[in-house]
Amino acid sequence: MYATDNLTANLHLLLPEFLIAGLAFLVITIDFLLPRERKNVLAVIAVLGLAIIGIFSIIYLGGKENASLYEGIFVIDRYSLVFKVIFLGMGALVILASIDFVKKHLHHPGEYYGIILFSILGMMLMAASNELLTAYISLELLSFSLYILVSISRDNQKSDEAGVKYIILGAFASAILLYGVSIIYGTLGTTTFEGIGQAMGSGLSVSPHLLVGMAFILSGLAFKIAAVPFHMWTPDVYEGAPLPITAYLAIGSKAAAFALILRLFSTSFMQSIEEWHLVIAVIAAVTMTFGNLSALAQSNIKRLLAYSSIGQVGYLLVGIAALSTAASNSIILHIIGYGLANLAAFSVITIFYNSTGKENVNDFAGLAKRNPFLAMVLTVSLFSLAGLPFFAGFITKFYLFIAAAKEDLLWLAGIAMVNSLISLYYYLIIIKQMYITPVKDDGDLKISAHNSGLLIFLVLGTIIIGIYPGPLVDIIETATKVILPAT
Amino acid sequence: MVLLTGIVFLTGILVSKNVTHRPKDFFVLYLFLVAGVFGVFESQDLFFFFFFYELAVVPMYLLIGVWGSSTDFGTFFRSKEYSSMKLVLYLVSGSILVWIAILAVYVQAPTSGQEASFLFSFLESAKVNYDLNFQRVFFPMFMIGFGLLAGLWPFHTWSPDGHVSAPTSVSMVHAGVLMKLGAYGIIRSMSILPEGAADWMLPMVLMGTINVIYGAISAMGQRDLKYVVGYSSISHMGYVIMGIATLDTLGVGGAILQMFSHGIMTALFFAVIGIIYDRTHIRDIGVLGGLAKRMKLTTFLFVIAGLASLGLPGLSGFIAELLVFIGLFRTYPLLGILGIIGAAITAIYMLRLIAKAFFGPMDERWEKLTDGTRIENIAAGSLAFTLLLVGVYPTYFLNLIDSGVVTFLKPFSGT
Repeated sequence: MYATDNLTANLHLLLPEFLIAGLAFLVITIDFLLPRERKNVLAVIAVLGLAIIGIFSIIYLGGKENASLYEGIFVIDRYSLVFKVIFLGMGALVILASIDFVKKHLHHPGEYYGIILFSILGMMLMAASNELLTAYISLELLSFSLYILVSISRDNQKSDEAGVKYIILGAFASAILLYGVSIIYGTLGTTTFEGIGQAMGSGLSVSPHLLVGMAFILSGLAFKIAAVPFHMWTPDVYEGAPLPITAYLAIGSKAAAFALILRLFSTSFMQSIEEWHLVIAVIAAVTMTFGNLSALAQSNIKRLLAYSSIGQVGYLLVGIAALSTAASNSIILHIIGYGLANLAAFSVITIFYNSTGKENVNDFAGLAKRNPFLAMVLTVSLFSLAGLPFFAGFITKFYLFIAAAKEDLLWLAGIAMVNSLISLYYYLIIIKQMYITPVKDDGDLKISAHNSGLLIFLVLGTIIIGIYPGPLVDIIETATKVILPAT
Repeated sequence: MVLLTGIVFLTGILVSKNVTHRPKDFFVLYLFLVAGVFGVFESQDLFFFFFFYELAVVPMYLLIGVWGSSTDFGTFFRSKEYSSMKLVLYLVSGSILVWIAILAVYVQAPTSGQEASFLFSFLESAKVNYDLNFQRVFFPMFMIGFGLLAGLWPFHTWSPDGHVSAPTSVSMVHAGVLMKLGAYGIIRSMSILPEGAADWMLPMVLMGTINVIYGAISAMGQRDLKYVVGYSSISHMGYVIMGIATLDTLGVGGAILQMFSHGIMTALFFAVIGIIYDRTHIRDIGVLGGLAKRMKLTTFLFVIAGLASLGLPGLSGFIAELLVFIGLFRTYPLLGILGIIGAAITAIYMLRLIAKAFFGPMDERWEKLTDGTRIENIAAGSLAFTLLLVGVYPTYFLNLIDSGVVTFLKPFSGT
């Protein structure tokens, strides 16, 4: 009696998650009933469903601060709420961006949309989990969905290859992560984040076992976010995966991993920040330098953006290394700004690929003539990624670097700025192709209405964050207050 | 400075009436540039200062890359893609140095418990928190970062290439106003980190001297009209930098007046060259010749700019350079002599340029040339008029400058 009471208490707080799972099954089921030519309805259902669930979560969970269930392994607080909304939004945008692609290149729209919904569920659980094993299981739910999505275009060899690579290396990383969890449990006897935090803060010197465990966990997570030296899978997988999924990998899975890392590090490992913050700072520096330098040499635009996203992970890790209230605010802000800009860039590339079938940088020659709107959107998003003012990238990087400088990491901020310069160079090469290089092939490119709506939304988002980030920062602040009380 | 910006931008728009290739995009980007520059001069806050500073750089790449022109002399070829990429990368690397220094200043400023802020007034009042070593390390970051934009030697190489490749109105704005942003930035940062700055004045005045001499000598060797003006800009910015580095009331005042005068003058140069280039499609001094016979007014305007540039009394360049020289002789007399030699070299190349391109025998090809249109003439004429006005009646401008200079120099009077 006692046990069941505890298990069902507060169960209603998981309602958004239940709804997402329901929506996923609904989409897969409806797939059987629809004739071939009307599969677009699935995307509409999924997007509407996500929007409704998003609004519902805000209303339903908005007033509930710091509730937890299953004895605290899930927490429902502002932090998880903010991330849930971010994930739902990203998921909806990715689904919107993939409608045309799915219609043209994939045979199983139901599975595709359904699995995306499952992966969103995984991400939401990651942001809410407050215990290592729960976090691990949510992470696996996300990873398995992604393994399938990467190889979903079955008759494309590259996609299959990417899927195999991803699943083998991913499983390996999961094993390392799990091993780290077991070591931590063996040393401390607990896997809840608070428990670890208390044990570390209890005055005992940090034991070597604990450090090894932390290192393993860090390695496993570093794989998921593609930080150097655990990045080798990224370019191949990004190149092979279907385009919208590449975007999704670059944005969604990284955002989720950072949601987890941020909570884990700030509640559990904060006490021993001296032990690891330099390690992360070095990883951050190496990651962004490596990513940006490799991007210089790429001719395939997907690979180029893959390396550039490795560089972006480096910037985010700067925030983790300088972990403070300001830093975690700016991490979340940067995730949003980077997500919008990157998604805009990928949507343009998807549209371009759909009508031309090409994805090399020099295929973009003369895009400004063929479709000025697409070229403009891509330019805005690349400028934002490079961190030029007026766009989100500038503000979010500025916040991030201030936070780093405040924690005596000015050198790291300096390296990050030099990296922005390098990235500006290769982004400018794309822009040069679009605007300056003469046209090779001039057919007009058509964009469908929902795609132009999506692009306008993304560009506006980038610009609004770029010039008026105030309200968003306020919302984010309420979220980080929960995980980092008063520093 | 805002006055300068307004004048240059207005005339810049007037002479770019003949942009026919995608005009809409051109003017959109051009207005971004305007917004950035105005923002820098007006912001009271280091963050927005930097924000607008970067904003002014963003549109440059496309403006030069799409609407610019390449230089091709057979043996010497610079494509506009090359120039625009070089310009943007140089300027952004400069802004990285500035950015690092800004963060350092910002983090160091507040005494414990105080809320940090980017306001200039706050940072200036907080300078007690910057010890001497801090200032010595971070002032050169400001100096080189902003100096890049001001064309400080040895970081100037982007500037002639960029100016030559840019379309007329962008060259006008860029040489006329954007380079001044750099000098303005140096002045601003000096008032935040005065003691460190005082220690760095000697290298700065030396660099400025090299700027003057080096720019002038390079200008002598150029065949392209725009390259001559590009290198002469470097030489003139050298006077500005020398003037600032004197830390002398007259020297600094002269530097600021020189910024203004050079802004107007260079804008006039590029405007006139643009008018010529539109008609002849040639900027090679060796090929042009005798233009004065067909383009009387244009020649007249160019000659005014040229004379202002070599510092003829009665035009603004004279007053400004005179003040800078007086300031220099009070502090670094030897360098003052070098500066005057630089002015003499300017006279050589400028007069030779005018003689070759505008006078002398006329090539048959130029029989059908026409003078500038009315709008072009009004634009260039108003610039020339401003030069004259400053040259004849400098009191108004000097009063304006003086009040600022006195407050600026206050922290240095002790050192």
